[in-house]
Amino acid sequence: MDGYYAFMLVATALVLMMTVPALALFYGGMTRSKSVLNMMMMSYVAFAIVALVFVLWGWSEGWGGDGVGNSNGKLIANPFTMFGLDGVSWGSYIGVLFQLTFAAITVALISGAIADRVKLSSWIVFVPIWVTLCYFPVAHNVWAGGWLASHWVAQDYAGGTVVHINAGVAGGVLALIIGKRIGFGKEPMRPHNLTLTMIGAGLLWFGWYGFNVGSIVFVAGDGAQKDTAQFMTETGVTFMNTTIATCAAMLGWLLMERILHGKATSLGAASGIVAGLVAITPSCGAVSLVGAIAIGAIAGAACAAAVGLKFKFGLDDSLDVVGVHLVGGLIGTLLIGFLSTSSAPGGIDGLFYGGGFSSLGHQTIAALFTIVWTGVLTTVIALLIKVTIGWRVKDEQEVEGIDFAQHGESAYDLHVGLGGGGSSATSVLAKSTVTEGVNA
Amino acid sequence: MKLVTAVIKPHKWEDVREALETFGVTGMTVSEVSGYGRQKGHTEVYRGAEYDIALVPKIRIEIVVDDGDAEDVVGIVVKTAQTGRIGDGKVWISPIETVVRVRTGDRDEAAL
Repeated sequence: MDGYYAFMLVATALVLMMTVPALALFYGGMTRSKSVLNMMMMSYVAFAIVALVFVLWGWSEGWGGDGVGNSNGKLIANPFTMFGLDGVSWGSYIGVLFQLTFAAITVALISGAIADRVKLSSWIVFVPIWVTLCYFPVAHNVWAGGWLASHWVAQDYAGGTVVHINAGVAGGVLALIIGKRIGFGKEPMRPHNLTLTMIGAGLLWFGWYGFNVGSIVFVAGDGAQKDTAQFMTETGVTFMNTTIATCAAMLGWLLMERILHGKATSLGAASGIVAGLVAITPSCGAVSLVGAIAIGAIAGAACAAAVGLKFKFGLDDSLDVVGVHLVGGLIGTLLIGFLSTSSAPGGIDGLFYGGGFSSLGHQTIAALFTIVWTGVLTTVIALLIKVTIGWRVKDEQEVEGIDFAQHGESAYDLHVGLGGGGSSATSVLAKSTVTEGVNA
Repeated sequence: MKLVTAVIKPHKWEDVREALETFGVTGMTVSEVSGYGRQKGHTEVYRGAEYDIALVPKIRIEIVVDDGDAEDVVGIVVKTAQTGRIGDGKVWISPIETVVRVRTGDRDEAAL
């Protein structure tokens, strides 16, 4: 179907945009001004590494291997059968690339939990090991006919388990093992540029249509006419659900923080957008309009309440990867068990539609599988890196700013006052000395 | 000669400048500064985390005037910058030994 192919080209590019630059902007604005470049670089570098790993052995390990197609019923597929996309036709490349962009953003999402303090070299070591041991196996089990899917078929339209629960668990484990930033809970660590965060959240929303709507899978063997009918129905539902759930989540977050803290904030709106998109990711093909609004509103309100908990636990999940992606991913994944309806493309009735507990059971198993698998393996990877090359920059580098320590750069040529209050006027006195020729 | 230094709320800056100009003050140095007095700072909440922001933005005005004008200038600043609420700022007078106009080399009163 030619129209579908053209659509997938666009959808794939949209999902690429979610990592580079949408997530980098969303996260970058929330860090302090001395570490914004490092934060953005973690997303950019993650994309580059995952892309290469994906074509080398990622596709084979997740979706191919064993010479029996996708459904081998095992925990992983053979990473070497299609090494370097051996045997994959050029006409199938766009399908590979679409999945590649998902793997990349999942890793990039994790970086928000460990902002401001991790050596770039340690991140570069972590990324390929993590996707190999955690992302490709979970994707294989949930989406590509692996062991889990051959026992319990869970609904995960675009990655509630594979992307969001996965990244949320990994982020929480890393934040725990790598430790708090110096001054966490004592010094103000407020976002340095919420306009970047608002732009990032908006671009994520835009890109998410590629992510969710692009995740349509055709029923094998149907003719062109049936394909067209399925395409129009299914993309209509997923596009609509993605939109209204996100709107409900933004309002849900704003309402919750108005109740808890007295004011509706721009950071709350940006966060609510992302929480809603996370929650509707697995469920956008499973629920009705009412279901989508309920999922969005619950996710927005629940995540707004959840992000404050890290201070109680003393866990420096810096940009709330657990509070937004794990909590939002779990809400979206588990609510399918209640709100799924056979009238939606997913075609299964959940608890509220007379389908009994079977859907809820399968959703719970898929969520638990992801939490346990990634929780255990991320712990092993993180500890190994900790005792070998180490994770953190030196204390004084962290305090002075990781941007200069790790990259030799500063994000802004502004004379910013004392850091607390707000003089931001550019001053001739603050201009740095430039040696002519050196930077030419 | 005296140096009058005023630290005031930013939103009162335009009113104060106009009043001073009407009085006949010909020049001043103005900077955006941060600080706090008895009012202390304020709190901001981001994703449920409450931060105490100790420093509050203020405008600092510095004017060098004849001895006889100093009290009048202070009076104008107090009258125009006052809102009656906490955080209105401070004005103080300090003695100045010498002033030189860079362009001409004029000294003291002639340099004002």
